[in-house]
Amino acid sequence: MAHDTLLEIRDLMTHFHLQEGIVRAVDGVSFEIRRGRTLGIIGESGCGKSVTANSILRLVPSPPGNIVNGRILLHRGDDSSDQEPVDLARLDPRGAEIRSIRGAEISMVFQEPMTSFGPMHTIGNQIMESILLHQSDVAASDARELAIENLRRVGIPRAEQIVDAYPHQLSGGMRQRAMIAMALSCSPRLLIADEPTTALDVTIQAQILELLTALQEEFGMAVMFITHNLGVIAEVADEVAVMYLGRIVEQSDVNELFDNPQHPYTQGLLNSIPHIDEEKLPRLRAIEGVVPDPYEIPRGCAFSDRCPSFMPGTCDRAMPGLDETGPGHRVRCFLFSEFEDELTEVADGR
Amino acid sequence: MAVENELLLEVNDLKMYFPIQKGLMKRTTGYVKAVDGVSLSIKRGETLGLVGESGCGKTTTGRCIVRVYRPTGGEIIFHIDDEEVNLNRLERQELKAFRRNMQMIFQDPFSSLNPRMTVLELVGEPLLAHGIARGQELEDRVAEMVNAVGLRVEHLPRYPHSFSGGQRQRIGIARALVQRPKLVVCDEPVSALDVSVQSQVVNLLQDLQSELDLTYLFVAHDMSVVRQVSNRIAVMYVGKLVEVAESEELLRNPKHPYSETLLSAVPRPYPHHAMQRLSLEGEPADPANAPPGCVFHPRCRYMEEICQTDVPALTELSPGHHVACHFADQLQLQGIDSASPSGS
Repeated sequence: MAHDTLLEIRDLMTHFHLQEGIVRAVDGVSFEIRRGRTLGIIGESGCGKSVTANSILRLVPSPPGNIVNGRILLHRGDDSSDQEPVDLARLDPRGAEIRSIRGAEISMVFQEPMTSFGPMHTIGNQIMESILLHQSDVAASDARELAIENLRRVGIPRAEQIVDAYPHQLSGGMRQRAMIAMALSCSPRLLIADEPTTALDVTIQAQILELLTALQEEFGMAVMFITHNLGVIAEVADEVAVMYLGRIVEQSDVNELFDNPQHPYTQGLLNSIPHIDEEKLPRLRAIEGVVPDPYEIPRGCAFSDRCPSFMPGTCDRAMPGLDETGPGHRVRCFLFSEFEDELTEVADGR
Repeated sequence: MAVENELLLEVNDLKMYFPIQKGLMKRTTGYVKAVDGVSLSIKRGETLGLVGESGCGKTTTGRCIVRVYRPTGGEIIFHIDDEEVNLNRLERQELKAFRRNMQMIFQDPFSSLNPRMTVLELVGEPLLAHGIARGQELEDRVAEMVNAVGLRVEHLPRYPHSFSGGQRQRIGIARALVQRPKLVVCDEPVSALDVSVQSQVVNLLQDLQSELDLTYLFVAHDMSVVRQVSNRIAVMYVGKLVEVAESEELLRNPKHPYSETLLSAVPRPYPHHAMQRLSLEGEPADPANAPPGCVFHPRCRYMEEICQTDVPALTELSPGHHVACHFADQLQLQGIDSASPSGS
């Protein structure tokens, strides 16, 4: 294993056992996050991007959710020979080990800051709690100074006053900054950002994206950035995984993905958004249909019922594999599949 | 979209102040000036986009126009069938009857539909309330409307929970349009939807506009979506309009520094071209305690002394292009550049 891999996910499956049936929210996802780099995960609601993130931190509520398969390997040492990786998927979600990782080595920021701040305590107390919990060498008397320093680092003005403010007293943008300050208070190796700018205004969103990029450069942490906004992904990500109904359908380096999108779903997403720097189109090129109900996922390729390149007899028969089509570029589509010879012939004769 | 030259709506000096009340006696200690002197007009068949950040008063403006709120000041005048209707002068009953001409489409398709009503009841309710149709005729009109928004007759007996976000938004659209309104205020109608569904709903709204001869006030914060649907765009900041122009003109040739920053802040799907983004310091002013002079001056990169004291008026710089900035005719601002990178 290359030593620059920080987190390695292999064939992760997180299923929810509900009365109505089994929801395969994450159904065989594999990817790697490299140290200091940003992996962007893009997809629409129900594609499993947030469940993937919650699985890493073991925050999936159980029951009904369960990691039924796969490994989530956290490579701590800088050199592979040094230290055995920890398999987060095997840890007890309430155990001491995952709790020592959560918020310290891997931390998370959410779309809605109020989900990570409790309303009853001041911002400062909550940041101090996180510091004291994870850094035993910090004295209680110094924690407040550290909290103020953390707030200052994320560009909060008058940090020595804001530290005593309650979350509701701050604006949305400031709350988001404070949440980032809390997430970074223990210098994590990996920051999971789940739609961190979706609830913000565009000018504030721009500020937060700049802040995250600057902090990443400064502290060298890896980031897993989840969003549905293609513009945001283009800006922050080094590599991108596109998810659809619990599976990665396309994965590549960010430039390659935007220059040469191959999966019909990725192409559809890129085509469907209005591009502000281009000539206005009379109509938007929408993707047909809707994301299917999780209990009624089509047979074969999950995107087959909406796909403009749908090949009857092929796409509705089997799930295509995630195959490499170029250096570092993988696509889950029979248009590119070379594994099943018989099916490939059908694809060529289209 | 056939924009006619006839005016449908005129809004003059609209003001909406919400009192801030404190203490046991509910003394009024100040006002949130959510909308502070907005004047605009919309022609028949036109779409006017209203953009701005949260708290700028764009939603309140829309709500005042359809009289969800009774405005603190100003006039709202509709021109319908050669008649001039001033909403201020209508009696209660007259206003109720007039409401069928103006409807609203909401942002959140999950909270704007009563979960205990079926699609038939939801879409049919406005017809019943206004005494427009009942019985079989009502069902026929509902079925027709439901088809027009891309749902099926089989959906009529179902409840909202069994629909996806995009389908619910279609129900909301059907409910607003079933009475054949003249003006529809679309309040962030696609911002809560998935990317692939957003474009479907934008296309649907455009199709319905030409089929049903509708006029839209399209309130949103996403510049690229607003541009797609709007003939003209009005930019709002802390209760005031700062710029109004034809949409392509506004995007290519913005004249207000705030419009320039809004355009620059849109994240672009071009990973190669690192944006030279004009970052905007700070946050929007508090509408309860707006700064003197130009409301934008504390964040403006071109701020001069006069901006701190004098309020700039919205003046016509070139035909149809109105700007409220002291230096509108001197500044060289950066708009979108359609010659720039295309993804392919």
